[in-house]
Amino acid sequence: MSLHLEIVTPERLAYSDDVDMVLVPGIEGELGILPHHTPLASLLGYGELRIRKDGQEESFAIVGGFLQVRPDKVVVMAETASLASEIDLERAQEARKEAERALESGFHEGADLSAARASLQHALLHIRVAERHRREGPRSRG
Amino acid sequence: MPSQREIRRRIGSAKNIKQITRAMQFVAASKLRRAQESTLAARPYREKLDEVIADLAAVLSGEDHPLLADRDLGQPHSRLIVIITSDRGLAGALNTNTIRFASREIVEHPGHLRVATVGRKGRDAMRRARVPIAAHFEGFGDRPSFADTLPLARLVTDDFVAGTYDRVDVVYSRFISTLTQKPVLEQLLPVVPSADTAGIPGNQFLFEPSPDEFLRALLPRYVATRLFQAVLEAKASEESSRMVAMKNATENAEELIDDLTLSYNKVRQANITREMVEIASGASAR
Repeated sequence: MSLHLEIVTPERLAYSDDVDMVLVPGIEGELGILPHHTPLASLLGYGELRIRKDGQEESFAIVGGFLQVRPDKVVVMAETASLASEIDLERAQEARKEAERALESGFHEGADLSAARASLQHALLHIRVAERHRREGPRSRG
Repeated sequence: MPSQREIRRRIGSAKNIKQITRAMQFVAASKLRRAQESTLAARPYREKLDEVIADLAAVLSGEDHPLLADRDLGQPHSRLIVIITSDRGLAGALNTNTIRFASREIVEHPGHLRVATVGRKGRDAMRRARVPIAAHFEGFGDRPSFADTLPLARLVTDDFVAGTYDRVDVVYSRFISTLTQKPVLEQLLPVVPSADTAGIPGNQFLFEPSPDEFLRALLPRYVATRLFQAVLEAKASEESSRMVAMKNATENAEELIDDLTLSYNKVRQANITREMVEIASGASAR
C-alpha cells in the first residue's frame, strides 16, 4: 500500500504524488509517517519536510499550518512551502540581512518588529534547507 | 447637416476611444489569465480544509469553538454582509449586478445589519443607499495575496466572537467562465461543516497538541481562506467582465467610425456637387 502525499498552500498545490515515507515538522517535534498510520490531525511547526520515494529524497521548507493523516493519505496544509531545489539562496541571504537590519534599527514599532522576526525566521529556514540540499545534492539515499 | 470639419473631429475622437478600449481589452485579457490561474491554484487548499472540517463535523458542536456557535434562532439578530466589488469601473455590468444582488438581500432581510465592503464601487453604492458600513478595504491590487485578506478575516472573526454579529455572509461574483459571472451569497459564520463525510469520522483522529488547540487554529484559518477565495473569484470575474465590455466598446467604436466616415463622404460629395453647380451656373450667367 502506498501513501499519497499532498502539500497545499493558500496560493497553490505544491506537491501531489505517491511516496514511501514522509517526515513532517509537527508542532511537537518531527513526525515520521509511513503507510497505515493512525488517523491524525496535527498543527505544523516550521522546518523541513522530507519525502522519501523510490530511494530518492526531496525536501520542502514548511512554515506553519495543518496536517491530516489517514492510513493511505497525508495532506499538508502549510502557510508556505518551498521546494528545496527551488529556493534562491542569494535571495534568502538578502532577506535575512534585511530582516536583521530591520530588527536592529526598528525597536520602536512593535508590529514591524514581529513581522521582521517572522521574516528572519523564514529566511533562516530557507537558508538551512537550501544549504543542506546543496551540500548533499540531489543524489539518491537509501 | 454637420460640417466636414465637425465630422472629421468626431471620427478622430472615436478613433482615440477605440485605441483606449482596445488597449484595455488586451490588458484585461492578460490580467484575466493570471487571475484565473491563481483562482484555480487556490482551490485545492480550500478543498482540503473543507475535507478536514467535514471529517471533524461528527464531533463538532457550538460549544467546541465560538466560531461554530449558532446563535441565530431563525431570524438573525445582527448580521454583517461582506460585499466584494472592484476598485475600478469600466467592467461592464459586473459591479452593478453584485451590488443589486446584495441590495436585494439587504432589503428582503431587514433588521440590524451592517456591511463591510471590499472595493471602492461597493462602498460608494452602500454609502448612497445609506447602509451602515462597518469597515472598508481596497487596493488588493491585481494579484491579491493571502496576507492581504487577513486583516479582513481577523476583523470578521473577532467581531463574531465578540457577539457584535450573529451571522456573517459574503457576497461576491463567482467566476464561472469568461462570459459568465454570477453573484452569490455564502454564509461565512458560524462555520457550517459540509455534510459530506466520506472520510474518517473525527472521533477516530488523534489530535496534536489537542482537539481544542487544533480547532482554535483551524477555524480562523478556514474563514480567511474562504474570504481569500472569494476575493480571487471576484478578481477573475472583474477582469473577464472588463475584457468583454472593452471588446464590445471597441466594436462599437469601429461601427461608429464606419458610420461617421460614410456621412463624412456624403457631406464631402454634397459640397463638391454644390460647388460644381455654383461654378456651372456662374459660367452660364456670363
